[in-house]
Amino acid sequence: MTIDEIKIGGMGASRRRVEDNRFIRGRGNYVDDVVLPGMLHMEILRSPLAHARIRSIDVSKAWEIPGVRLVLTGDMMATRNLAWMPTLSYDTQAVLATDKVRFQGQEVAAVIADDPYIAKDACEAIVVDYEPLPVIVNPMQAMADGAPLIRDDKENQPDNKVFDWEVGDRAATDQAFAEADVVSKLELHYPRSHPSPLEPCGSIADFDRSTGKLTVYMTTQAPHIIRAAVALVAELPEHMIRIISPDLGGGFGNKVPVYPGYVISILASILTERPVKWIEDKTGNLISTGFGRDVYLQGEMALRKDGRILGVRMHTISDHGAFFSDAQPSKFKIGLMHSAFACYDIPSAHLTATGMYTNKAPGGVAYRCSFRVTEAMFFQERMVQAAADDLGMDQAEFRRMNFVRDDDFPHRTAFGFLTDSGQYGKCLDVGLEAIGYEQFLKDQEEARKKGRLLGIGISTMTEPLGAGNSREYDILGIKMFDSAELRVHMTGKAILRTGAKTQGQGHETTWAQIVAHELGIPADDIVVEEGDTDTAPFGMGTYASRSTPVAGAAVAMVARKIRAKARKIAAHLLEVSEEDVEWELGRFYVRSQPDRGVSIQDCSMAAYSNVPDGMEPGLENTAYYDPPNLTWPFACYIATVEVDPETGVWDVLRMVAVDDCGVRINPMIVEGQIMGGLTEAYAMASMQFITFDADGNCVGSNYMDYLLPTAWETPGFELHEVVTPCPHHPIGAKGIGECATVGGPAAFVNAVMDAVKHLGVRNIDMPLLPDRVHQAANTGNDVSGMPPVRTDAP
Amino acid sequence: MTSLYEEVSVTPVDVPVRRVTITVNGERRAADVEPRLLLAHLLRQGFGLTGTHTGCDTTNCGACTVLFDGRPVKSCTMLAVQADGHDVQTVEGLASASELHPIQEGFKEEHGLQCGYCTPGMMMAAKALLEENPDPSEDEIRWALSGNLCRCTGYQNIVKAVLWAADKLRASAG
Repeated sequence: MTIDEIKIGGMGASRRRVEDNRFIRGRGNYVDDVVLPGMLHMEILRSPLAHARIRSIDVSKAWEIPGVRLVLTGDMMATRNLAWMPTLSYDTQAVLATDKVRFQGQEVAAVIADDPYIAKDACEAIVVDYEPLPVIVNPMQAMADGAPLIRDDKENQPDNKVFDWEVGDRAATDQAFAEADVVSKLELHYPRSHPSPLEPCGSIADFDRSTGKLTVYMTTQAPHIIRAAVALVAELPEHMIRIISPDLGGGFGNKVPVYPGYVISILASILTERPVKWIEDKTGNLISTGFGRDVYLQGEMALRKDGRILGVRMHTISDHGAFFSDAQPSKFKIGLMHSAFACYDIPSAHLTATGMYTNKAPGGVAYRCSFRVTEAMFFQERMVQAAADDLGMDQAEFRRMNFVRDDDFPHRTAFGFLTDSGQYGKCLDVGLEAIGYEQFLKDQEEARKKGRLLGIGISTMTEPLGAGNSREYDILGIKMFDSAELRVHMTGKAILRTGAKTQGQGHETTWAQIVAHELGIPADDIVVEEGDTDTAPFGMGTYASRSTPVAGAAVAMVARKIRAKARKIAAHLLEVSEEDVEWELGRFYVRSQPDRGVSIQDCSMAAYSNVPDGMEPGLENTAYYDPPNLTWPFACYIATVEVDPETGVWDVLRMVAVDDCGVRINPMIVEGQIMGGLTEAYAMASMQFITFDADGNCVGSNYMDYLLPTAWETPGFELHEVVTPCPHHPIGAKGIGECATVGGPAAFVNAVMDAVKHLGVRNIDMPLLPDRVHQAANTGNDVSGMPPVRTDAP
Repeated sequence: MTSLYEEVSVTPVDVPVRRVTITVNGERRAADVEPRLLLAHLLRQGFGLTGTHTGCDTTNCGACTVLFDGRPVKSCTMLAVQADGHDVQTVEGLASASELHPIQEGFKEEHGLQCGYCTPGMMMAAKALLEENPDPSEDEIRWALSGNLCRCTGYQNIVKAVLWAADKLRASAG
């Protein structure tokens, strides 16, 4: 009689994914797969220079090419007030350059033609006369006296500074340092990286003059935010804008911002009255769209001899590129950087942050992380290891001694966050046990005698996932809640829509599992839809691991609303009062007669055929969920490596991951997220970075120069779990998608440092390329990742 | 071509075209193409086989991998005219009308995909491997798929998916 929740695909089932049915057949529907009748194609001409004044743009030759329908430049955009657009960080960004180009790859002109090949030909026929200007490639250069002014378009912008910001208790922290026995210091660079989903960005704008309706297919992780932005920027009425985000070929934060290409394609469709498709090529994606990281981090830790941390000071200098277009939802200028050290019981902390403009691509995004959390946790775990080394303490013991204890929750961190749950020590124990910590230390000692360099690196962290709450988190003033709408049909089948937007996370599978858990309707009977603003309830989209913490909670809450109504219907069908009705999965029954019951399907049928007097028919509802707090998953990642001193190559021997993300809806999918995240962590630690030469040329503008790990380089992963339910989430879940990307890099880097620290090396900046490791291992010196700077001013 | 008419441009464009005939998933298909047209674009826009994705344009990511006379090639770096008279298999040709190919089943069963963008290319590369080596080791699979990038899965489950398919194919081969 009782329904087996696993059998109906409820919570805890490693249900195979529904979306796979189309993907494995090649029947996905990505933006570039969409073909509309009469569709034109758009190509963007980009600046070859990082900083130059535009003397003139001659588009006459482009117009002469047969099949060209429209050529757009900044001046033409300006006549529609669209040459500039607001960014998500209250700055402005050029859509098509009018006065200057400020980074290599900036959008300069666009051609709309009958096919994409013609559009590309025509772009090459455009002649732009540039007057080169001095180029700034790092924030220290940008701060220097007499540095050329990048943002001369702005009023009240005398220099290249974006912001100064601080958080924490300066006086208490100064006091802690005054009382410290030992002060440990560390300085490092978290290099610029690009999320680089395999699918680049693109859009198809389709403006219908007869109805006034604008439909845009778009590679966006946040379709409703885009609708709001288009309404504000293009001054179109919001009900006449429909954003459709179809299948996305990955996102990782890259598909959150509004990009010039989207805006240009919309204007092009309005002007041509034809659908206009823009699909960026990979180089366009890598050199112009939202990068992640690019922060210099300096800090110090006040320590007592016995190993207790007394206080932390941090200073960050961040490189935002030419426009401050960080896609971040907080009021804090440097995002959630001050979530650093949240898993440690530290009495005082203080952070200062400076942001600078440079002649590099804009669009700082939260690359598979909550904003700036990756940098925060990387610095935290590198600092913790440096401090343990300075004290001569075991790195695991040092962490354990300073962890927030299980019975200390809720815990207010030194920077003011409220963490609510966790079993940090247990996670560390599981990890140490799995890797065989004690034995490895012995093996390492033995190997060192033979000249072999083994290392072990630990990274433990809790991070804030799932913005809101709406008191503190918003985008352009829109509060960070999320939503779900559930319609249960007469026969007990259902459709669920949410304001989130899956990019591979498997929402079509897992959301149905939450409904199955709450209502007992088999997951296979529930279809999930997202990404169409005309049909989905308003939501803030998917990034920062917020889907499960926020939209997932909304799914549970809307199912509970449905259940509450079904209970009234059940009482009516059972002819008892509502108080006498009990619920078990999928069924209401009479408390005194458990055999007398009706199924949820009986109730849905009655909702359309036999409702009690005075009740509205139907079984549909919507829930908006504003989380009371962020969720705080915890992770312990431990890597062991061997460094070859002759080549600088390092191999990962083992990688153990212990994740506590609370209750797991679909364990298979959770593990998939963790392995994907670990791979990006390995990528950043080992090879993946975007850098620039002294002239601002992007080195890493294609996959031959921008290295991503393949199946061959990527190590195997060993996964373990600890479950501490989130106390405030309706189903006890926490975010997970980004944990490994955030916490993983420090485990790899700490492991390599552990292998070479006895040679005198304290830091090698990521990525740990063989030449950097070789240099460090053979000289005993640190290796900085600071980009080259011209000394011969042009 | 079976359409009754095809609209032509009123401003005639003097572009040389060449007729190509390609066997695609067992069916002979013909098209008039510009010599510079990429095979990936003919498959996608010309023949409507949008399961073949383009990711990087530089032969690195492998999302566009198809089988060319049985060998895996990256169709973004091949001209359509080079395929004239040859056999091309795409992801759309993997499943029969009634059942999935074991590689497709393996990818679903072992959670070998997330966003699905690399998946068609991965599966075609895996098919070529298993036809050559029906019982590959994990290292052999990793090496054979090292021309295909995946940004979501971390590859571990892709390797398991190919092992799953290899097991099933060997079992059915008896």
